[in-house]
Amino acid sequence: MAAEPVIIVGAGPAGTRAAQRLVSAGLHPVVVDENDRQGGQIYRRQPPGFHRSHKKLYGTEAGRARSLHDDFDALLPSIGYIPGTTVWGVSDEGLLTMRGSEVTILPFSAIIIASGATDRIMPLPGWTTPGVYSLGASQIALKAQACTIGRRPVFMGTGPLLYLVAWQYLQAGVKPAAVLDTSSLATRLRGLRGMAVRPRAVTNGLRYMAALARAGVPLRSGITPCRIEGQEAGVTAVIWQDAKGTLHRTACDSAGMGYGLRSETQLADLLKCEFIYDTRFSQWRPKTDPDGRSSRADVYLAGDGVILRGADAAEAAGKLAACALLQDRKIPVPGEEILGLRETLNTMTSFADGLAKAFPWPARLAAALPDDTVVCRCENVTAGDIRHAATAYDSPEINRAKALARPGMGRCQGRMCGLAATEILAAARGEPVASAGRIRTAAPLKPLPLDCKVTS
Amino acid sequence: MPALFCRVDETDRQPIRLFVDGKEIEALEGDTLLVAVLSNADRLRKNEFDNKPRAGFCLMGACQDCWIWTEDGRELRACSTQAEDGMRIMTGEVPWLLNR
Repeated sequence: MAAEPVIIVGAGPAGTRAAQRLVSAGLHPVVVDENDRQGGQIYRRQPPGFHRSHKKLYGTEAGRARSLHDDFDALLPSIGYIPGTTVWGVSDEGLLTMRGSEVTILPFSAIIIASGATDRIMPLPGWTTPGVYSLGASQIALKAQACTIGRRPVFMGTGPLLYLVAWQYLQAGVKPAAVLDTSSLATRLRGLRGMAVRPRAVTNGLRYMAALARAGVPLRSGITPCRIEGQEAGVTAVIWQDAKGTLHRTACDSAGMGYGLRSETQLADLLKCEFIYDTRFSQWRPKTDPDGRSSRADVYLAGDGVILRGADAAEAAGKLAACALLQDRKIPVPGEEILGLRETLNTMTSFADGLAKAFPWPARLAAALPDDTVVCRCENVTAGDIRHAATAYDSPEINRAKALARPGMGRCQGRMCGLAATEILAAARGEPVASAGRIRTAAPLKPLPLDCKVTS
Repeated sequence: MPALFCRVDETDRQPIRLFVDGKEIEALEGDTLLVAVLSNADRLRKNEFDNKPRAGFCLMGACQDCWIWTEDGRELRACSTQAEDGMRIMTGEVPWLLNR
């Protein structure tokens, strides 16, 4: 059974710690990562030739970033490391990967999926205008390329990333025009109890908000985004409504938006892992036991790609999934190690539950989107198209609507629009979103060149 | 054409030259193709369905809204491709029959 290697997909916090734990037990896992350099998104490394310090790049998390990078570099002699390579499919022989136009089949004895997350997006009229980016993109521009998305951005949406990114821009000398949060102060207070288990994280968040307020950046809560104004030449303003219903226009030249995160679960879906609806995060995810075992004996999951608990939890979950795999192979793992990791994750779970309560996904916005709002950016499928499929064509769930109106059929495979499209469909039918299903994944997960060559 | 992106640090890198729609632009070694273009221009590509300008969205290889064409008809995902000196790219689609 163990002739083929264990493959770890993703080299962020979860993938790195999983690899490290397997190596310490004498295994030689293969780490496949889409990025050219290890680190994942939060601890993304800057390219060679850039000189900013860890402190400048990762702030309060500089020590963690340093250790994650150094520990991975130390693993290199003991692992197979395949960077810059995308897993796009699954066959009987193994995982199908591509690098440029080169396709390789990687056989495996087991897989640990540490695929991370993307921003969770609620579409908005005007969001396809050049100059509108996800919050994660706004941060990547700065961290990995020392650029900002504009000179006067608005940051809009909800979640802790909203304030972190705005603060990072302020530090970089680009003052945001406003930070607009759909969550209200009241919901944030409700989430505080769960979040209190990690006081340092809460203090950091409050520190960012205070610094932004001191710098004169308007911070608004309980807002409703209306539209992004802009011509072909780019963004000119964000129109939004305050909690009392008064309309506001904030002039800006760019916008970063995001509503928490969305687990990247497509590989688990291709591997036919069982999924459950997670009410905490209002999204579907692969079903796992507390240690990361999926419904398939040879597939384990860790990190934000399965449960949205953040980078620190991902490190613990990566290690725990590796321990589970070792135990399943009858390789001894100290009982106290497992118990310690589970305890760490329990704390992280309380915090994540608190965060989800404090900064809830504003599902209500989906129902209110004007019919002509583009939902699928790939193919310009609108909210009206989805509603038409939901009602006139009587599609009770999203895959039927996908077949009829094509939301999620474009080259992003529903990664950007899928969750919002499902909310729109459910709202149009007056049914709970969990009953509207989830977009079924199809290979290739990402566009594959026509002239690809298969090598083994 | 005004630049969308604004460089705030790390500007002491080696300059490189690329061509966008035949026009020469200057970028820096270590730039992604997306940053190389958007630190000079306000758009990256046209959406195939309405022909309106786009400039990427997620910057992490997930949204696929930054695919651009090379003059010889290859497609590149701009957010995850390194810019290289001498690259020649197009913001519009390269006609199939002209590119071979």
